[in-house]
Amino acid sequence: MSAFVFKRFLQAIFVVLVVTLFVSYAVRLSGDPALMLSQGAGSVTEQDLQNIRSGLGLDRPFLVQYAEFLRGIVVGDFGRSFMGGTPVARLIADALPATLALASVSLLLSILVSVPLGIQAAVKQGRGIDQFIRIFSLIGLSFPNFWLAIMLVLLLSITFPLLPPSGWDGPVSLIMPALTMAIILSATNVRLVRTAMLETLSAQYITVARSKGLKDRVVLYKHALRNCAIPLITYIGLQFGNLIGGIVVVEKVFNWPGLGTLAFDAIAGRDYPVLQGTVTVLSLVIVIVNLLVDMAYGLVDPRIRTR
Amino acid sequence: MQPVPLSADTGMARSFRWRSLEFILGALLTGAMMLLVLLSVWIFPDRGAAMDLAARLSMPFADWAHPLGTDPLGRDVLARVLVGGRISLMVGLLSVAGASVLGIVIGLVAGYYRGIADMVLMRCVDVQLALPFILIALTFISILGGGLGNIIAFMIISQWVQYARLVRGMVLSVREREFVQAARAFGVADLAMLRHHILPNVIGPVIILMTLNVANNILLESSLTFLGLGVDPLIPSWGGMLADGRTYMQTAWWVSVFPGVAIMLTVLGLNLLGDWLRDRIDPTAKF
Repeated sequence: MSAFVFKRFLQAIFVVLVVTLFVSYAVRLSGDPALMLSQGAGSVTEQDLQNIRSGLGLDRPFLVQYAEFLRGIVVGDFGRSFMGGTPVARLIADALPATLALASVSLLLSILVSVPLGIQAAVKQGRGIDQFIRIFSLIGLSFPNFWLAIMLVLLLSITFPLLPPSGWDGPVSLIMPALTMAIILSATNVRLVRTAMLETLSAQYITVARSKGLKDRVVLYKHALRNCAIPLITYIGLQFGNLIGGIVVVEKVFNWPGLGTLAFDAIAGRDYPVLQGTVTVLSLVIVIVNLLVDMAYGLVDPRIRTR
Repeated sequence: MQPVPLSADTGMARSFRWRSLEFILGALLTGAMMLLVLLSVWIFPDRGAAMDLAARLSMPFADWAHPLGTDPLGRDVLARVLVGGRISLMVGLLSVAGASVLGIVIGLVAGYYRGIADMVLMRCVDVQLALPFILIALTFISILGGGLGNIIAFMIISQWVQYARLVRGMVLSVREREFVQAARAFGVADLAMLRHHILPNVIGPVIILMTLNVANNILLESSLTFLGLGVDPLIPSWGGMLADGRTYMQTAWWVSVFPGVAIMLTVLGLNLLGDWLRDRIDPTAKF
């Protein structure tokens, strides 16, 4: 078990190195921040541009800048924003709670919806309710998340002005972005729960539990649900990258003050350190979640621990 | 409480009928959308560019000249939706064609010969699983600029891994089967072995993945274009129309509703087909 965790840990570090290398190289190809910063400054000489570049440390070789960046990650220093000089770590620390709040609330909402529905679909396999849930989950997989966001705004902010259309206006602002994400996530999760549950329900211990005369509710939620925890956790872990990707877009539509909006603004302003920091932190989150998923197996299923 | 049947084999007859309904519905939706989009250039020779300024912002379902209404420039929404669909279908089909060919070849080589190719592929899989995709797409596309070619290239680069991983996994088990060993004993060359004995046995699930990815890439392209990082905003496309429509949502809901409906119908049709195929070819697949 510990050898396995160690191997996964090394893999995770490798992944983080590749991602950061790619991102720091890519953002440098995307344009010259010295030109962006000097826009509107009137007459600018080549010497001025050179001064801006060396002031930002951009005149050093790429690998030196990258090594510096890696050293910074370890000590929690992501450099300073090109716009205004705020430390990137501060910007990320301010935005991260908003993103995590959105991610966890929408994941929780979708679990609350998809676990009971998925179980019902599996139990009544092939019957009306199963087909009904299946159709709805297929429809849920068939439109872009930003369109759902727009439709919710149209319905709940314009036609019936109940909720604020965007930005941060107290906890009510969380409702629409979280609802958007939860609907999209539930469409996938309901299918995952159904598949995992179908497999579990055909196991012999379920027949034993039923023949003992246990109530259906106990058999389903205690015996079966615990046993499909492993495939479920695996798939939710694998999907986590998609979840983050979706959140980034939904944040942008609702102007939610999280990492996604931060990254979009950084792209628009060619603000390398901010973009680099944001993508790094998001990838780190994904890698850590996947690592935790692998370790969680042991907790959920004692059989793996002893192996 | 009514007793709940816990065995997994109830309702087979009913689910059988549903299966064929799923196929008919999926084929009809996909076929109808593709046909309409392909014929759009003949139905609307102006390609949705003509501006009927007298009929600006006319409501949908009000008169036959503009069945789905017009946008603030007086352009026909129906014409633009159908003409715009060409971009989505092109991106969906070309990206999947490219990624699947690349992925199948690499997956076959990695699974059959193992060794260094296999190791490199598995590391690519690790990296791919950890990438926040939209962000990488944004970084990539803001460097090279949007445009059809770049979007398709990005999709191919980021998605071949899925096919390679799928094919590799199946090749690993197929190459140990008796008929492959028998063929090897007969002295069948590697290339012929891969083409005639291994590929036919792994292609089914790949086709399912392809169907579902055409659907996904249509969604992805519309997201990128919506965010201003996709195809040229002057070319009508579903994502671009949604980005436009969002600005005048308060006055003209139909401009942002119908392109979304078009995306939904097309993608739903493909998803139905993919779902049906999955049950036909590989009932145990979980992706």
